[in-house]
Amino acid sequence: MSSTFAAAAPARPSLRARLTSRPFLRAALPALSLALIIAWIAYLNPRAISYFGLSLMLNLAIPVVLATIAQMFVITVNDLDLSIGTFVSFVGCVTATWLHDAPALGLVALLGCILVYGLLGAIIHLRNIPSIVVTLGMSFVWQGLSILLLPKPGGKPPPWLFDLMHVKIPFVPMPIVAAILIGLGVHFALMRSSYGALIRGAGGNPQAIARAGWSLLRAKVAMFALAGLFGVFAGMALIGLTTSADANIGKGYALLSIAGVILGGGEFVGGRVSPIGAVIGALTLTLAGSLLTFMRISPDWQVAAQGGILIAVLAARALIGRREQAMT
Amino acid sequence: MSPERTQAIVRLDGVEKSFGAVQAIERADFQVGRGECVGLVGHNGAGKSTLMHILAGTLAPDAGRIEVAGELQDAYSVVLAQRLGLRCVFQELSLCPNLTVEENTRIVHPDLSGWGWRRRAGALILARLDEIFPGHAIRPDALVGDLPIGQRQMIEVARAFSVTKEPLHLVILDEPTSSLDAHTAGQLLGFVRRVIAAGTSCVLISHMLGEILKFCDRIVVMRDGKIVSTGVAANYDRDSLVAAMGGGGAVAQAPAASAVSGPTSDEILVRVKTGDKAVVARRGEIIGLAGLSGHGQTELLLRIFAAAGKSGPDITVKAPVALIAGDRQADGIFPLWSIAENVGVRSLKVLRRHCLISARREAEFAATWQKKMRIRTPDMTNNILSLSGGNQQKALFARALGSDAQIVLMDDPMRGVDISTKREVYDMIRLEARAGRSFLWYTTETEELDHCDHVCVFRNGRIVDQLTRNEVSEERIIQSSFEAVA
Repeated sequence: MSSTFAAAAPARPSLRARLTSRPFLRAALPALSLALIIAWIAYLNPRAISYFGLSLMLNLAIPVVLATIAQMFVITVNDLDLSIGTFVSFVGCVTATWLHDAPALGLVALLGCILVYGLLGAIIHLRNIPSIVVTLGMSFVWQGLSILLLPKPGGKPPPWLFDLMHVKIPFVPMPIVAAILIGLGVHFALMRSSYGALIRGAGGNPQAIARAGWSLLRAKVAMFALAGLFGVFAGMALIGLTTSADANIGKGYALLSIAGVILGGGEFVGGRVSPIGAVIGALTLTLAGSLLTFMRISPDWQVAAQGGILIAVLAARALIGRREQAMT
Repeated sequence: MSPERTQAIVRLDGVEKSFGAVQAIERADFQVGRGECVGLVGHNGAGKSTLMHILAGTLAPDAGRIEVAGELQDAYSVVLAQRLGLRCVFQELSLCPNLTVEENTRIVHPDLSGWGWRRRAGALILARLDEIFPGHAIRPDALVGDLPIGQRQMIEVARAFSVTKEPLHLVILDEPTSSLDAHTAGQLLGFVRRVIAAGTSCVLISHMLGEILKFCDRIVVMRDGKIVSTGVAANYDRDSLVAAMGGGGAVAQAPAASAVSGPTSDEILVRVKTGDKAVVARRGEIIGLAGLSGHGQTELLLRIFAAAGKSGPDITVKAPVALIAGDRQADGIFPLWSIAENVGVRSLKVLRRHCLISARREAEFAATWQKKMRIRTPDMTNNILSLSGGNQQKALFARALGSDAQIVLMDDPMRGVDISTKREVYDMIRLEARAGRSFLWYTTETEELDHCDHVCVFRNGRIVDQLTRNEVSEERIIQSSFEAVA
């Protein structure tokens, strides 16, 4: 049986054709931009590319990676989460206060957060309200709660969290190992599993998924709840690293996470996302800050530089698309 | 072949459905026997798709009974329909463009999960594709969005016929051949007959009456939401079918030679070179682009569109251009806009008062074109998606014909459009041509070439044959389309 299939299957395109095909270029672009940034850093300061240097530069990469993955889940079902930044702040405040002082209360609060995210997904789907509106509103709610909980910077992470975030791995810096694990794990769940295919289908053609008898509501709730879960991870990781909280600690994460997803090859609509790309995108944006330092440019320019990278990569992607059209 | 009551695989009794003020289905009784192929014909908006949506469980009827395999269904739904072995290939493509072929297969098969699901899904769909469309060249790991529309339709058909745990009793094919070339369509219909012989049932909706007459056992005709005629296929012919659909007597197969007027002047509006030959359109001329689908016709139209008002060594386009897209969902309509806005968008200059769009002028413009194109809607300010597929296409024609364009490009625009709409549009095209407009018309239906003054046959992006009106014949076109391949 299988031999007849093999005989009938169209031949695989040649290696060269695959290397210049649009899907491959599309997938390679994020890695290429990361390599470019690393090469540039290496050129300016060769010693930075070492175990110690990379650990230092990527110190805060893990929370950014986690927040970017959270954002990616929401983008998979054609929504946007503008509240992820203040949500990370709020989780940080909970982690540095309740989770440290009364772990049970803290745990319940964090689980409650995930539940709220799931509910937001349900509301957005059932009432057909734009997610931008709902999450923009929620961003103020999370910010208010953070300030109520922690009016002044302070607090402490639970010792186990501190230890977890400061684990040292021989040869390869911890943030890199963590990023690889997160990327591969989410890739497997979303891109390789059969349920992942359904979820992405819900972003690509919701009507088709509904007609095949699947629940769009469940898909949306699952994606928002996952976004909440990864948002919680991001907030906890951030506090584990920085050792104290601040009601504005996650400021900038909302736009950073969206930029990371898009930089990594994702698109705002159509269920086209890439978890590995998103991780690479987050790392690229994190390293861009270090690059500016090495170039002796004020950190005030960091956000502008990140925007610049985003525009450059998107321009390159548009170019690939156009070239592909010209070839056919 | 009149199936007994118990032999019917599905039975709809007195089914009704309305959308707002529009009664889409009026007390319809419909049944399909085991191993029977039922042809369902009717104009756009006659209620065929709605009836099939009810059958597939995607729409709940307002009244009536649904029986599947002799059992009354109270809580009928998509999930239940699937479990009972009913599948549907809808007119609007229902594949996810961001997923691969195998992932799209998985969506309709809950059983395809766990380890190795991807391999199993790929083998399943490939086996069906090989069986239905030998030599299809579709890879199961290809992204659907990267494939041309014809291949997507092939995948959708193959997917409907793929079987895992759930049984397969009835497949509804809603315009399955609309994006397929004659060769592939023939493969599909041949397969359908084999499936029927093996005991599976089919409902075939098609505007190609030849297909219906040739391949179906029984024919059901719908008009204005009602079933108006039903009987054994052998008792119908083309003319009686058209008459039953309300097409008004026999179809004039092609206009009399005098009806096609030829160019109104020698002024050349378009000259575009492909390979060593050129397509030339004079003022008032209708140029047909023929050949198998996907052989460079659409690309040529897009080149002309991009070059509007410019001249170069290979391409000259001397007048404003309008394009009527074939894939109306992707390239034609603005889904969030009203019908009036969709019609007026190509003519904003005329609709302007000072520097703003005048609501009054827009409404007048829309009303004029609603009348001219007979767009079937109570209100032109309704959303465009409230129209049936054929009426959406009429709106797109109105957009192009209402504009200042002297050159109209048509990218197989009659896909899934009913015969009386087609004839209205044909008349309109001839009228406009006589008034001095030029048309470049890519079509997959050979009959439509009879309306052209001049026909270019394409193969692999090149013109392989040029015919004058009198030389056009199905044999000649098929011959030139296939020459090198056969």
